[in-house]
Amino acid sequence: MDVINALVALTNYVLIPATAYGAQLALGALGVTLVYSILRFSNFAHGDTMAFGTGIVILFTWLFQSWGISLGPLPTALLALPFGIIVTAALLLGTDRVVYKFYRKVRAAPVILVMVSVGVMFVMNALTRFLIGVDQITFDDGERFVISARQWRDMTGLSEPLTLRSTQVITIVTALLVMVALFWFLNRTRTGKSMRAFSDNEDLALLSGINPDRVVTVTWIITGALATIAGTLYGLDKSFKAFTYFQLLLPIFAAAIVGGIGSPVGAILGGFVISFSEVGLTYAWKKVATYLIPHWEPDGLVQLLSTDYKFAVSFTILILVLIFKPTGLLKGKIV
Amino acid sequence: MSYLNAANMTGGYGKADILHGCTLTVEKGEIAVIVGPNGAGKSTAMKAVFGMLPLREGSVTLDGQDITALSPQDRVKMGMGFVPQVNNVFPTMSVEENLEMGAFIRNDDYRATMAQVFDLFPILKDKRRQNAGELSGGQRQQVAVGRALMTQPKLLMLDEPTAGVSPIVMDELFDRIIEVARSGISILMVEQNARQALEIADKGYVLAQGENRYTDTGEALLANPEVRRTFLGG
Repeated sequence: MDVINALVALTNYVLIPATAYGAQLALGALGVTLVYSILRFSNFAHGDTMAFGTGIVILFTWLFQSWGISLGPLPTALLALPFGIIVTAALLLGTDRVVYKFYRKVRAAPVILVMVSVGVMFVMNALTRFLIGVDQITFDDGERFVISARQWRDMTGLSEPLTLRSTQVITIVTALLVMVALFWFLNRTRTGKSMRAFSDNEDLALLSGINPDRVVTVTWIITGALATIAGTLYGLDKSFKAFTYFQLLLPIFAAAIVGGIGSPVGAILGGFVISFSEVGLTYAWKKVATYLIPHWEPDGLVQLLSTDYKFAVSFTILILVLIFKPTGLLKGKIV
Repeated sequence: MSYLNAANMTGGYGKADILHGCTLTVEKGEIAVIVGPNGAGKSTAMKAVFGMLPLREGSVTLDGQDITALSPQDRVKMGMGFVPQVNNVFPTMSVEENLEMGAFIRNDDYRATMAQVFDLFPILKDKRRQNAGELSGGQRQQVAVGRALMTQPKLLMLDEPTAGVSPIVMDELFDRIIEVARSGISILMVEQNARQALEIADKGYVLAQGENRYTDTGEALLANPEVRRTFLGG
């Protein structure tokens, strides 16, 4: 019984939250990796793009709520999501036209584009705060739980509680759908293949008659969609705060680089590596240890790191990968 | 008038010219080979024909039409195919996808052309699901040539197709190139392996310092004692 209780505690506090968080990071890292491999720079504005997209989704959610529209048990934000994606994609395309296009034309070095994206990051940062403010916003409505602690107890009779929140299920299902759609698009459609060709060998792609402007446009639209979806899922699961999204940049980049930047499968893998490391290292293992090891009552929480230090986990992994395996777990490419 | 007529090409990348009045012509279904010492401007001449080098003087006509002002992409649409010396495949894409990308500008059904490429290079058919970057050098060259053939070009330009492959693979590649020429496609090719290339050439150009030094049939150039002594190492 104790073993089962230990497993339940592990699932409740580590497996489920880390999987949901990992899916959110993976979607963010996919956006970063896509921009990196096709537009050839590390997009530091990605976290704030997520914040902007989520901000728009929240505004539409409030609008729909004021009109009395809802999705019943599902959060209204899902209905607002397509509108958020359209506005975010439009912002990215506008930014590209006004800012990035010039640097592409002069064939600026990738490091210059990175610095440009830092500038874009600050602008988007401010734009988001103007739009929706700096406060923490909870915009999750609809059914809260798929399995509540009480239902769990009635179902199993176990003393150890387990809850499955609907946002966690929505996150995992949505992320899965988005990933399948993205891979289908990149591997099966003509446009998707032309984007991979452009990423592989720009000169040969141009020789083959692939239109670079079209590739860039489609890339930004997909990036906008990925960022908005990732941001909204994260916001539904936790809550929205512009500054938190800026901070998410670190684990997202760590995920993209651990997996092998430029590799979409690597981005997903990296997302889960980072999330499981972060949650695993900051979880207080006391409960699980007590169940598993009889006659042992640990004094402390058996927590390796305080949750305040969670960013140190991403950062350490990032440094270790860059030192020992710079191409990442799956061989990515370095521009 | 020749099918390809690149006359009196003069130009370079910066201020100094690399080509000085270089002229290249290719007839229909003919193999023309450009040879010459390092730095003679062989690849540059080829790039000039393809529109990758701005020309100060001279003109390029294809099938009687002046294409001097066209971009490389537009020249592909006019019926030119170009195989660069390096980076000539999409490494993380499968062989089949490489060929599909070659046919990107075509809006019609290209499956018949792909079947022809697979007939020409049977090994590619076996490896069509494999990524081009995982193939051997010779196989990769075949993908590169196959990709260029997907637009059904009338003139195929090859920049050192046998660079870095073994002598056996080189012979094999030359055989395939002859086969392509027999199907009516004109070939313009730059080669380091001058002797072997001239053996299969209908026409040979020996370039030196961006100028035509000798122009003759491949056979005649191989027989010319002067050419042998200076450019073919005896």
